[in-house]
Amino acid sequence: MAYRTYLMVCAGTGCVANQSMKIKDKLESEIRKRGLQDEVSVVTTGCNGFCAVGPLMVVQPDGIFYQLLKETDIPFLVEEHFVKGRLVKELLYTPPREKAPIPKMSDIPFFADQTLIVLRNRGLINPENIDEYIARGGYQALAKVLTLMTPDQVIQEIKASGLRGRGGGGFPTGIKWETCKNVPSDTHYVICNADEGDPGAFMDRSTIESDPHAVIEGMLIGAYAIGSREGYVYIRNEYPIALERLQVAIKQAREYGLLGQKIFNKDFDFEIRIVRGAGAFVCGESTALMASIEGRPGEPRAKYVHTVERGLWDKPTCLNNVETWANVPQIIEKGAGWFSSIGTGDVTSDAWGGSKGTKVFSLAGKVNNTGLIEVPMGITLRKIIFDIGGGIKDGKKFKAVQTGGPSGGFIPESLLDLPVDYEELTKVGSMMGSGGMVVADENNCMVDMAKYFLAFTQAESCGKCVPCREGTKRMLDILEKITVGKGTEEDLVLLEELSNMVVESSLCALGGSAPNPVLTTLKYFREEYEAHVKDKHCPGHSCRELIQYIIDPELCLGKGHGCHVCAKNCPDGAIVGETKQVHTIDVMKCGKCGICYDVCKFDAIHIE
Amino acid sequence: MDAQAVETILQNHPKDPSSIIQVLLDIQNELYYLPREVLEHVSKSLNVPLSRTYSLATFYKAFSLKPKGKYPIAVCTGTACHVQGAVRILEQIERELSIKEGETTPDKKFSVETVRCLGCCGLAPVVTVGKNLHGKVPMAKVSKILKQY
Amino acid sequence: MGKIAIEDLAKIQEAARYKIALRQGAGRVRINVHMGTCGIAAGARGILTAVMKEIEARNLHDVIITNSGCAGLCSQEPMMTIEVLGEPAPVKYVLLTPEKITKIIDMHVLKGQVVKECALALGSERTR
Repeated sequence: MAYRTYLMVCAGTGCVANQSMKIKDKLESEIRKRGLQDEVSVVTTGCNGFCAVGPLMVVQPDGIFYQLLKETDIPFLVEEHFVKGRLVKELLYTPPREKAPIPKMSDIPFFADQTLIVLRNRGLINPENIDEYIARGGYQALAKVLTLMTPDQVIQEIKASGLRGRGGGGFPTGIKWETCKNVPSDTHYVICNADEGDPGAFMDRSTIESDPHAVIEGMLIGAYAIGSREGYVYIRNEYPIALERLQVAIKQAREYGLLGQKIFNKDFDFEIRIVRGAGAFVCGESTALMASIEGRPGEPRAKYVHTVERGLWDKPTCLNNVETWANVPQIIEKGAGWFSSIGTGDVTSDAWGGSKGTKVFSLAGKVNNTGLIEVPMGITLRKIIFDIGGGIKDGKKFKAVQTGGPSGGFIPESLLDLPVDYEELTKVGSMMGSGGMVVADENNCMVDMAKYFLAFTQAESCGKCVPCREGTKRMLDILEKITVGKGTEEDLVLLEELSNMVVESSLCALGGSAPNPVLTTLKYFREEYEAHVKDKHCPGHSCRELIQYIIDPELCLGKGHGCHVCAKNCPDGAIVGETKQVHTIDVMKCGKCGICYDVCKFDAIHIE
Repeated sequence: MDAQAVETILQNHPKDPSSIIQVLLDIQNELYYLPREVLEHVSKSLNVPLSRTYSLATFYKAFSLKPKGKYPIAVCTGTACHVQGAVRILEQIERELSIKEGETTPDKKFSVETVRCLGCCGLAPVVTVGKNLHGKVPMAKVSKILKQY
Repeated sequence: MGKIAIEDLAKIQEAARYKIALRQGAGRVRINVHMGTCGIAAGARGILTAVMKEIEARNLHDVIITNSGCAGLCSQEPMMTIEVLGEPAPVKYVLLTPEKITKIIDMHVLKGQVVKECALALGSERTR
């Protein structure tokens, strides 16, 4: 008998880390206990996106969204919902600052404002079952190109769609394919870049985890258009679940003859190999990535000759990232016109004339609804952060949003109505990037944030060219000096000068974009730099050398009755006071670790 | 040293210099570090100069030339974890274990390192101990987490 | 399973269509069996099973079967509500037996004719 109800349990990395597999086992055993195993089926899916409230599951066909599940909730949940048909209100989602829960997933603002193309199968299919991908129309686009379209027609369709590289650069995909195809060679390669290195970005991992076949099908279509018989997926070693699902998907595609020789009995052969990265951010850069596939250290080379002409093993190579490939089957199936109707600008005469389709962002930092979202190009940052993201955590004040990872920049509140668009984001000094979006609130120090990103790129600089290796190091020294209160006004001038030098003279895009976080914070948050330099004050209360922890005696005794919890936790023995008495911090001993601030339940500890 | 394990790993990959990074990754996953004699053996088997193998083993962050603890601790310092106080979590772990980042406890139980983004930013701050991932780690809970091991 | 041909894509799709339609929450008809304590005591479980069997036997791919709590009319249990897309109002059926289920599904779900002798009244609150 067919099942009447499906429990779609999220098995993305975030939920698995929160024990969602135990939830799944418990659901199955409770369902069996009540004899419902032939009516109710438990399915594991890829990342649902709403990581903030995991582990989570969606009950279909009703679309009921249960969140923050614990193993101990499951017996009651199964009894109430699946035996008695009553919703368990305590496990439904309630938006911050509201009282009534929202039972249906489609009514929750986090989901309601999204447009799904790349993630259209998330939560609907089991990513480890190729039949379910096919059931949702999968591999029809491949069948279409192999039977009805010439390689040139495929390229024209992709060009007309306005699809641009989702890895950050925004290069028009159709033009890249065409250039690569037109290079005469016995071998062409296609590569899927899944070396998602930006800290705070996990779109590609989630895409592979929830719909690996979309990536494989996209690569197949690209290979057909370019005339390639061999492809590689270069994937981060830090993503074990994504790696495993991709391996399963490739194996299943091979069994169905969708990879291998004479695909669909046509004169088209294609094979995909997986290569794991070994933890080097610079390998996200195309020439470095190719060096790494060849078994060499991932150092970029100057691109006087582009990789579409001479790439992997000096053969013409077409590299796109996960999200770009995953868009391709949908464009072929629904047409370039459909795709280009979503987004900004006009791409009919100029491939760079607009941003089309959707973009997947990983929303993280100080917003209420952290997770993975897919939004139409042209949506404003404000809508993303305040509607989908549900605003800032703990009612704090928004300060900045960082897009584009270490290569991007910080965008202040005054620019929140900016539409998400390649050119618009570049204009304000940031970039689309691969899709990391990290929100900072009033307690984040912008100098510290700039230092954080620069420390990242500095450490990841491969060391081949001087501007990046030495320039970023000197910039970091200056930022360090400023955050400990020893900076001068001349330092700010020098910092800006060095930034521009590194941008202009670095070999690859890693160095060329590394100063962006510094440049944008200098531009939009200069007063914070000045406060550090002139007043030796950190407005975000975050630079350790410039702050002090202080206990408010009235709150300590009045509300907390001198509870002594802070003193018990202090690693430096810097808190003086007995239970039921006012406590004080000995500033000479205090290591400023902040644990007292965290553990005090009465908000009695202040930072000054 | 488990020579058999290394041999099995070598057999799982094409005997070609381009396989070297994949082979080293598997060995790192198995032994948690790359001993010198293993590097020499791999170099010979895949026909890669030892200098190149050493260059790879030091260029890529996934590789370690020093043995790690039984439970390697990795503190995520991705952006989302950074804004949620990853540095303070790291310091708390260092204090609890009396070792610094990159070191191993004398009883070889724990070693501490930082990693770039594990990709579950919704759970920040994130710490992995061995193969277990701990999300939304409050500073005050660090010692409790370590006691589980 | 070996190599597949292009035609097989449609077959695989057809075979899994019901499953996928349900997961998307898409359906022409929604049958809601009321399963409060009194409903279950009156045999609602058997009714739910009967509904599932009948739908299966007729190979219907656009019917969503769900259960809900007490409908508030304990004397008339077991009960179920049928909503058909495009019909003005849902219909509540009362005092159900497996035989009545067969008839209701044949007449109402397949032909769109309300089985008046089993219906409580036309018109009811909507469930969606």
